[in-house]
Amino acid sequence: MIVIVTFLIVAMLAAAVSAYFFRDLLNAVIASCMVSLIAAVMFILLHAPDVAMAEASIGAALVTTVFVIAIRRTTRYEK
Amino acid sequence: MRKCIGIILLIIIAWGILTSLQTMPFGVSRAKVANHYINNGKDETGAANIVTSVVINYRAFDTLGEVTVLFLSAIGLGAVLATIKTREKRDTEKASLILSTGCRFLFPPIILFGAYIFIHGHLTPGGGFQGGAIIASAFLLMYLGCHGEKRLNDRCSTFSESLGGLAFVIIGLIGLAVGTHYFLNNFMPLGKFNTLLSAGVIPIIYIAIGFKVGAELSKIIDLLMEES
Repeated sequence: MIVIVTFLIVAMLAAAVSAYFFRDLLNAVIASCMVSLIAAVMFILLHAPDVAMAEASIGAALVTTVFVIAIRRTTRYEK
Repeated sequence: MRKCIGIILLIIIAWGILTSLQTMPFGVSRAKVANHYINNGKDETGAANIVTSVVINYRAFDTLGEVTVLFLSAIGLGAVLATIKTREKRDTEKASLILSTGCRFLFPPIILFGAYIFIHGHLTPGGGFQGGAIIASAFLLMYLGCHGEKRLNDRCSTFSESLGGLAFVIIGLIGLAVGTHYFLNNFMPLGKFNTLLSAGVIPIIYIAIGFKVGAELSKIIDLLMEES
C-alpha cells in the first residue's frame, strides 16, 4: 500500500514539475491532466469517492478540453 | 531565470503551508459539529451517504450559493462568447466511421451513468455536481467524435437549466412555509432507510442540481467548441 502511494505521489510531482518546464503547451496540458488523474486515484485511496468522481470528470476531462481549445485558438509553443 | 524565481517562490509557499499545518494533528476531529453529523445524520436526514446529508440537508443553503456561482460563470462565458459574430470556417477532417459510431454508441450509457449518479446521490457516493459533470463529458465526447453533426438543443438545455434552479428554490420556499419553518428544511417523510424513495427532499434537490449542472456545463462546452 505504502509503495503504491509513494509511487503515485512521485509520479504526480514529476508530472507537475514537467508541466511547468514544457515549452510545448499541449504537452504541459497533458501533464496537468495526469496530475488530476493521479489526484483522483489518491482520493479513492483516501476513501473520498465523491471528490474523486468530481476530480476525474472536471479536472481531467473538462478542464483539459478548455485548455486544448484555448491552445488551438492561440499559439502552441511558449516563446 | 524567471522559471527559477517561480520555483523558489513556490518552495517558499510550500514551506510556509507545511510549517503552519505541522502544528495541527492530522486526522483528529477538532470541530464538535462534525461528530454530530456523523452520529445523528442518518436518523435526522434519512440519507445513507453522510456527505449528501451534509451537502443537501445541513448545508443546503451553501449548496444553493455554489449552484449560483456556477450559473453566473456560465452566464459570463456566454456573454463573452456571444459577442463574437464572425465564425471562420476551418477545414476539418471528417472522423472515421469507427470513431463516430463508437462515440454514438457510448453516448447513451454515459448519460445513463450520470443520471444514476445523481438519482442515487443519497445512497451511493456522488451527487448532482458529479452526475452533471459526467453528463457534460458525454456531450464533450459527442463533439469530439462527430464534430458538427450533432448539436446541443438550445431550447432543451435552457429549459432543463431553468427548471433545475426553479425546483431548488421552490422546494426551499415550501420548506420555509411548512414544518419547522426554515429555508430548505426536510419537510417530506424520510421513508425506509437505504431505499431509493427515502430521505425526504434530498433526491428531488439532487435531481434538480444534476439537471442544472449538466445543462450548464454542456452549454459551456457547446459554446467553446463552436468557437474553436
